[in-house]
Amino acid sequence: MKSRNLLLSHVEVPGIDGLDGYMKHGGYDTLKKALKSMSPDAVVEEVKKSGLRGRGGAGFPTGMKWSFLAKPEGVPRYLVCNADESEPGTFKDRYLMEKIPHLLIEGMILSSYALGANQSFIYIRGEFMYVLNILEKAIAEAYAKGLLGKNILGSGYDLDLVVTPGGGAYICGEETALLESLEGKRGNPRIKPPFPAVKGLWGCPTVVNNVETIAAVVPIVSEGGEAYASIGIGRSTGTKLISACGNLARPGVYEIELGLSVEEFIYGDDYCRGIAQGKKLKACVPGGSSVPILPHYLVTKTAAGENRLMTYESLAEGGFESGSMLGSGGFIVFDEDQCIVRNTWNFARFYSHESCGQCSPCREGTGWMEKVLNRLEHGKGQMHDIDLLADINKKIEGNTICPLGDAAAWPVAAAIRHFREEFEWHVTHPDEAQSRNFGLITQAALA
Amino acid sequence: MVKVTIDGIDVEVEPGTSILNAARKIGGDAVPPAMCYYSKLPGTGGKCRTCLVEVAAGSAADPRPMPKLVASCSTPVADGMVVNNKTSERVHQNRGGVVEFLLANHPLDCPVCDQAGECHLQDLGYEHGSAKTRYEEDRRTFDPIDIGNKIKLHMNRCILCYRCVFVANQLTDKRVHGVLHRGEHAEISTYIENAIENDFSGNMIDVCPVGALTDKTFRFKSRVWFLKPMEAERNCEKCSGKAVAWMFGGEIYRVTARKDKYGEIEEIDGKTGWLCNDCRFDHKDAKDWNIVGPRVVNRQSVISQGKYVTNIEKPVKRIS
Repeated sequence: MKSRNLLLSHVEVPGIDGLDGYMKHGGYDTLKKALKSMSPDAVVEEVKKSGLRGRGGAGFPTGMKWSFLAKPEGVPRYLVCNADESEPGTFKDRYLMEKIPHLLIEGMILSSYALGANQSFIYIRGEFMYVLNILEKAIAEAYAKGLLGKNILGSGYDLDLVVTPGGGAYICGEETALLESLEGKRGNPRIKPPFPAVKGLWGCPTVVNNVETIAAVVPIVSEGGEAYASIGIGRSTGTKLISACGNLARPGVYEIELGLSVEEFIYGDDYCRGIAQGKKLKACVPGGSSVPILPHYLVTKTAAGENRLMTYESLAEGGFESGSMLGSGGFIVFDEDQCIVRNTWNFARFYSHESCGQCSPCREGTGWMEKVLNRLEHGKGQMHDIDLLADINKKIEGNTICPLGDAAAWPVAAAIRHFREEFEWHVTHPDEAQSRNFGLITQAALA
Repeated sequence: MVKVTIDGIDVEVEPGTSILNAARKIGGDAVPPAMCYYSKLPGTGGKCRTCLVEVAAGSAADPRPMPKLVASCSTPVADGMVVNNKTSERVHQNRGGVVEFLLANHPLDCPVCDQAGECHLQDLGYEHGSAKTRYEEDRRTFDPIDIGNKIKLHMNRCILCYRCVFVANQLTDKRVHGVLHRGEHAEISTYIENAIENDFSGNMIDVCPVGALTDKTFRFKSRVWFLKPMEAERNCEKCSGKAVAWMFGGEIYRVTARKDKYGEIEEIDGKTGWLCNDCRFDHKDAKDWNIVGPRVVNRQSVISQGKYVTNIEKPVKRIS
């Protein structure tokens, strides 16, 4: 069964990246409808009904986030789109912006209208310079057509939209660091409270949403919140973009209905078509590099033996003992030849490099983990290093200013939990570990 | 007023007060240590994570516990909140973890550090640290640099509390001092190693909790515990002129601002007693100052070694 596409339905149509092509396929019809017949509160109401959850990783209900926005008199409110997609394994937002930039812009206008913002920003990752050009071209087209600026489509609603590139730091994807960076400062996360909904950009109430979240507002308003909520299972409603990568036969960006089984997603003909070169699955990181890794026996089935589904709840089934998270949808698959120790070191190196250095557990802890894992991977580790890593983890997790500390700690903790024997093998066989992978041994033993 | 319970002790404070300040109102063991928060510098806090506490009940209205430990310096109290500091094993464990992180890259060069004896990291390590380090890696190192001709920066010792950055932002007129790089490589620096030329830059020495920023006019002159801190004052147009003169016999070895038991500069006539560089660096002759009398210091402090008035006794006599 192929999932319904709400965001990517016209992605293959030539010219969809331009305003004419986009409008030919129903683009901006939703905006016209909303501005003509809906009040801002009615738009918020549809989003609440849809059950849409933040697509950036945390999965917080968007309607609820919007309703937290403080609305003091005489103070501007801002909507900021978080396009600083930097999580290793995640590339869905880039794909969306590159292919259908107007979908994001339409979503931005709709969401800004709903929130009563007259100035909105798209904060884009510094490495996405070419996407910035695409978006700026699209915004210029929208201005020329009267879709942005003063008195949009004669409705009396004004909105200015600006794209701002960051310097390319992962930390600027954290919403308060993003706001700092947008204000022109060093991208250090802020101490919360206060939250951005009360005191955000330049001290004004601000909502920060992911690209995909904002794009999803368009089908929600056009088809109605209830229709959107009818897709999916339980509290995981609608469709989700999954960027599949790693050792898959057909990696890429897929739009799935939430509730699709993981097995279907990995092996189905409409999706990834199994592991590349007929190899076996060894492990999977289902939601971007920061979520816990799952060993092959926990990928398609939960520890209780139920089918694992692509939903926020099912992927988290079993907690951190035997589950993971849907996260941002960065679906990374490892085949039998991949070394988990090397991969964990690689992730740790990333987080150590990207830590802002503001709070001590993250600054010192990520660097320490990286150094210990580096030794383990290169045959210079000792047995007590494995327990040391597990302990450093516990001291970082939950004790930092922003979630980067957790993001750095979880993958290491999960790798040790599920692949401890592989770490031990690196210690006991330092020379062998340099020349071949442990993966082959376990897979052979399991077969 | 709202009522909070910290380590089983009730206290009433203004709404919006932080847990840390509520604890300071109680005093004693209920007070979490703070390495980066500085009440006189708005915006500080939240960074070092040594003041983490456990919130066992969020408020009377919503008595659920908070899932994570929270930074007490930046979390406001709520009516009916129940906080565990010294009484929580979880806090003890995690604070020990933070201390281990702070010491991981610290050079532990206390024998040759001018801050030794009045260093908050030393005290914190003594209370929460372990006798052995688990950190086997190479420590990161930097070369010491001069910040102007009066201040030395030993970046190796820095714990990146950002207090000096806030001093530079809030007390000096040009923003030439800040943090470069990120993560483990983050370092305090001035803009392209510019000298800081400002009347109040010396205060960053006083706010530094460790020996990262030290007074070049006092470098290697004496261990602090051999000196007697005396309350001194002089007429100064730039600042309050109320300072502490650290003396040996009749000689002044160094001048600092007056600090309270949390290491924060005291209020003088309703204002924070920031000291100007003139008073701090350029008046080291006893004739320049009116020596009022000995400073009261904590009996437990190593500074009380060479002095005769501690906080358990009343000052015997004021020298006028």
